[in-house]
Amino acid sequence: MAFFSKLKNSLKGVREKWSGGISKLFSAKNFDADFWDNLEEQLIAGDTGLDFAEETIEFLKDEAKSKKLKTPAELKNIFVEKITGELNSVNGMGKSFELNKTPLILLMIGVNGSGKTTSAGKLATMYKNQGKKVIMAASDTFRAAAVEQLKIWGERSGVRVIAQGQGSDPAAVAFDAWKAAESSKADVLIVDTAGRLHDKHNLMEELKKIHRVLSREAGPERLETVLVLDSVLGQNSVAQAETFNNIIPVSSIILTKYDNTSKGGVVISIARKLRVPVRYIGLGEGAEDLNNFAPSEFANALMETEINP
Amino acid sequence: MFDALKEKLSAVFSKLGSKGKLSEADIDAALREVRRSLLEADVDFRVAKDFIAKVRERASQAEVLESITANERIAAIVYEELIALMGKSEPLIISPKPPTVILMAGLQGSGKTTTTVKLARQLKSSHNPLVVACDLRRPAAVEQLKILAENAKISFYGPEKNNQDVLEVVRGAKKFADAHMNDVIILDTAGRLHIDEELMTELKEIAEILPPHEKILVVDSMMGQEAVNSAKSFHELLSLTGLILTKLDGDARGGSALAIRAVTGVPVKFAGVGENTDALEIFSPERMAGRIMGMGDVQGLVEKVKAAGINEDAIKPAELSGKQFNLETLLKQFEQIEKLGPLDKLAGMIPGLDKIKNFSAEDVDANALKRNKAIIQSMTPAERHNPRIIKGSRRRRIAEGSGTSVQMVNQLLAQYEQMKKMFKTFSSNSRGGKGLKSLFGFGR
Repeated sequence: MAFFSKLKNSLKGVREKWSGGISKLFSAKNFDADFWDNLEEQLIAGDTGLDFAEETIEFLKDEAKSKKLKTPAELKNIFVEKITGELNSVNGMGKSFELNKTPLILLMIGVNGSGKTTSAGKLATMYKNQGKKVIMAASDTFRAAAVEQLKIWGERSGVRVIAQGQGSDPAAVAFDAWKAAESSKADVLIVDTAGRLHDKHNLMEELKKIHRVLSREAGPERLETVLVLDSVLGQNSVAQAETFNNIIPVSSIILTKYDNTSKGGVVISIARKLRVPVRYIGLGEGAEDLNNFAPSEFANALMETEINP
Repeated sequence: MFDALKEKLSAVFSKLGSKGKLSEADIDAALREVRRSLLEADVDFRVAKDFIAKVRERASQAEVLESITANERIAAIVYEELIALMGKSEPLIISPKPPTVILMAGLQGSGKTTTTVKLARQLKSSHNPLVVACDLRRPAAVEQLKILAENAKISFYGPEKNNQDVLEVVRGAKKFADAHMNDVIILDTAGRLHIDEELMTELKEIAEILPPHEKILVVDSMMGQEAVNSAKSFHELLSLTGLILTKLDGDARGGSALAIRAVTGVPVKFAGVGENTDALEIFSPERMAGRIMGMGDVQGLVEKVKAAGINEDAIKPAELSGKQFNLETLLKQFEQIEKLGPLDKLAGMIPGLDKIKNFSAEDVDANALKRNKAIIQSMTPAERHNPRIIKGSRRRRIAEGSGTSVQMVNQLLAQYEQMKKMFKTFSSNSRGGKGLKSLFGFGR
């Protein structure tokens, strides 16, 4: 176990070096190799991915050189602006869904445990509080008690839930719900689907079917496909998002479980690659814990990781 | 083995030409690739750093530098060090004095509830486990556990309606277990975003009523760099005794597990590999190391074959010699392959299969196997032993009986003839080959 103790010691070293997080980092005296290495590690620690980290470092090095900056402190704003700018270049970033054409369908998709049902419940509560007419569809007919979970959310928020039994056809549930939303002139229809790992072919086909049915019935302009993404997830979620996007076009992202420790840095890569806006962030299990995503806050938070192992 | 990294390394080394001896700079270039692999697999960056230092030390030795297969040597060092870092897999702690209490903890959405039932199912063969719903916060979490437990025929204890007191549930579970002779109690606790005061108190109070022998953290294999920090705080609070890694049936490489093990020293005990409640495997460091480095899961495949009870003499080599090979033998083979489980999952375990041009796990058609089985099952014993007698009217009858078409029957028979020829040419104990591929639905 000598290696472990060695590891622990070196981790301790890292902790002492890092206790001040990014503000301390940018207060370094000059641009030495340590500064750049540390900055890169900070980005990696935020799950932004190695490619993005390396690219950002290159960019900042160029900036420092061309603008003849002397201290890292002068670079801090450039850094935050770069990330904010990149995110804001995506249409709809941090904005609410547009309710131009109603009923608007929010089709919630994502891997297991990302927080789809909870996000569906929060969105329902939000729209209900805005005085909108909301219907939810329990198209997660696979996971045990998923229908019950959504029904409880429906009771809490006073929203009608369209459901059939466990194991029924999710596309049929979605179809029924659309008919109900249409005839009752609802503003929003939220369709909760089963979690699926993106490499499961059959489940992805099932998702395609739900999307096809809704798109045909309601028209693509009324359909928002919302990818629900857990902010503690790592590099695999980029592959995840891309696979989902290849199956059915993802049009929005909700970042869940976004507390002060998880950074959700992967959304940068995903938003850049798919050009899809992150609209909301979810925090906690309370019905009101849903906020609009704020790119500048996100960029700052990314740099405030306290790297204490 | 570990092809992905080896390929990258040989690409690095091929740039160097035939200088013979590797320099420090060459090693640096190679180690950058190793680092990249680790970070792409979500290994904690601090752990990756230390790991690289360790590999560098070994790679800088003269014998490696002068070796003509330096890329393989370095890849092997990486593999060995990864296994060393993950430690040995350890069995579940079972208390000599029942009941054994197992506490399941973890972040929200990591898969605690499903894993609780999976674990109980594993224990069912030698114990009488009870699963207890202590997650009163997430709507319908209690129902979820109840339904899963009922389907798996496992005893369940949950709160009375409208009870929001976890401790009351735990006390009730203790009584229930006593009365029903449950010798293992598994507590499914509520998921957390992060460690808070409330959780600490709750878990401490639970431990006072039912002191856990095994405290397990359920970790999502898709987790990123935050994994170590969160596992560390759980460990500080609970003194964890084991980890269970979930969602390993996806394509996440699960590097976060390596880092958790390295930093906390808590062993990974099981791995969740599917949605069904029987999809839980004993964790293997070798397998995990291969996965992190992007190689196939050879060992997992071997184990699956063993677990399915397929042994070498199930089909006698003689049966595969041209003379005795008939449709009966083929049916036997189909049945054995079926026992291994879903074909798409198996395909993912075969190293290099993903690299075959135009092949994807999606192409594996489980129905082809089922269809072919049905066709043979619709034949009389005489037909199975002597397929030559199957002419037009028999083919029609078989097609109708198996719900297929004459064309499909023809296809199977043609493939059978091909295989028979193949076995004739090969030695009596060789198996498999091109013909098999299409029969199992691989080729298209």
